[in-house]
Amino acid sequence: MRVWLAHHLEAVRLALRRLSAAPLNTLLSLLAIGVALALPAGGQMLLGNALHLADTTSAVPQISVFMAANADRRMATEIESRLGKYGGVKQVQFVSREDTLTRMKANPGLRDVIEALPGNPFPDAFVVTATDDRPETMEQLAAEFRQWPKVEHVQLDSAWVRRLDALLKLGRTAVMLLGALLGAGLIAIIFSIIRMQALTHRAEIEVSQLLGATDGFVRRPFLYYGCLLGLGGGVVAWLLVSAAALWLRAPLSELVRLYDLTLVLEGLDARDSGLLLGFAAGLGWLGAMISLRQHLRQG
Amino acid sequence: MIRFDRVSKRYPPGVDALSDLSFEVAEREMVVVGGHSGAGKSTLLKLIAAVETATRGTVLVGGQNVSGLARSALPYLRRRIGMVFQDQKLLLDRNAFENVMLPLSIAGFPPREAAQRVRAALDKVGLASREKALPVMLSGGEQQRLAIARAVVNRPSMLLADEPTAHLDNETAADVARIFHEFHDVGVTVLIATYAGDLFPGARRLQLDHGKLVP
Repeated sequence: MRVWLAHHLEAVRLALRRLSAAPLNTLLSLLAIGVALALPAGGQMLLGNALHLADTTSAVPQISVFMAANADRRMATEIESRLGKYGGVKQVQFVSREDTLTRMKANPGLRDVIEALPGNPFPDAFVVTATDDRPETMEQLAAEFRQWPKVEHVQLDSAWVRRLDALLKLGRTAVMLLGALLGAGLIAIIFSIIRMQALTHRAEIEVSQLLGATDGFVRRPFLYYGCLLGLGGGVVAWLLVSAAALWLRAPLSELVRLYDLTLVLEGLDARDSGLLLGFAAGLGWLGAMISLRQHLRQG
Repeated sequence: MIRFDRVSKRYPPGVDALSDLSFEVAEREMVVVGGHSGAGKSTLLKLIAAVETATRGTVLVGGQNVSGLARSALPYLRRRIGMVFQDQKLLLDRNAFENVMLPLSIAGFPPREAAQRVRAALDKVGLASREKALPVMLSGGEQQRLAIARAVVNRPSMLLADEPTAHLDNETAADVARIFHEFHDVGVTVLIATYAGDLFPGARRLQLDHGKLVP
């Protein structure tokens, strides 16, 4: 075991020596791999933030029930207790017309318009969440509430949730597609780099084989080389994505605030970072493996 | 130890390097293969180490048919043979110690024991003080001795050498020849392809002429 470990350490040492022997080449290779990986990694980072945003905002579909403008508070209380007792209703939140008015006045653009109006134009309203939030059930509940007296308008806002869901699914597919595409690109990059390496060290490969080296022995330092290059590229990608997240954080928060939402753009989380580095190293290894297999078969 | 049975080797497009060659080398024997340049000496050695395969006939090494070996079995055959190449094939970016270490790394020796063996081999060829030197810093004779150290560090039972004294002055050549004699004396089977056969008195001679054994 210790002997086995010593030989692998020796192969790692050799790989590191070769990487540091041509620092400019290594740096440019790392950059190429890093940029290729940064695209899907960045997509994943944005997607993660979008998912987080969707979760914290209103991933739970809601039904908004608006009272008629001429309904008084007593009628609203009646509806509220009726909603509270209704089967399938999980939670009822009352939004008084006064609250709505105050909130709307806080928006400088709307204030002038509202103040020009004679009275409070807003009705009392309820936000209802259901125990079962499948679209069909929600649809049924909404239809029922519409029948009730002094209920002017019932709005089902599951539509936008479904749209958001579909959009996120599309985003996820796009990230996976991008990942697969650029992963294949990464294998190709490493393939070529290792091919060049194998040609550079052709004499060494030949001598090793003459001295009784197995294919495994010949491959080992090159596999570590590919693996380290992939891993290094992964680190570069991680740094790029983190820098982008940091840079975009302020302007994006500002943009999102305009939609009455809050978002602090986060870089890749621990799981995604681990996946990125693991994939990068694994693909580097794979690229080296394919390249070496071809080289040794020809040789 | 080594047995050639009606062995022919033809290189494309139809050059016969060896034709219908039959001979035997016994264990612990020292044999010198002589002949003009292009007589087939190098090819003969390459067939033993399975660097080349015979077009016809069988090459047996330690009772094993070398031509029939699978690619995956070749490394284990070569580890039993120490080889000194005509062009030495030293790795120029590694120092003397690392060059000699290579066969032991390949064979999977524990590093500490391997290091001891490397120093012993370097000492044996008189390069104990040059272990940190890169091959380019060594003289022709020193490079040749380094190649020999690498060939014997694994303690093979058989030593093959292709023109080990070429390009060396007389004194250095005699020195190198003496090292081969020493290995022969401790029981190693030695096969040397050389045109300078008189450096190896006492060795059996095989003379090649245009790929054929001269009787």
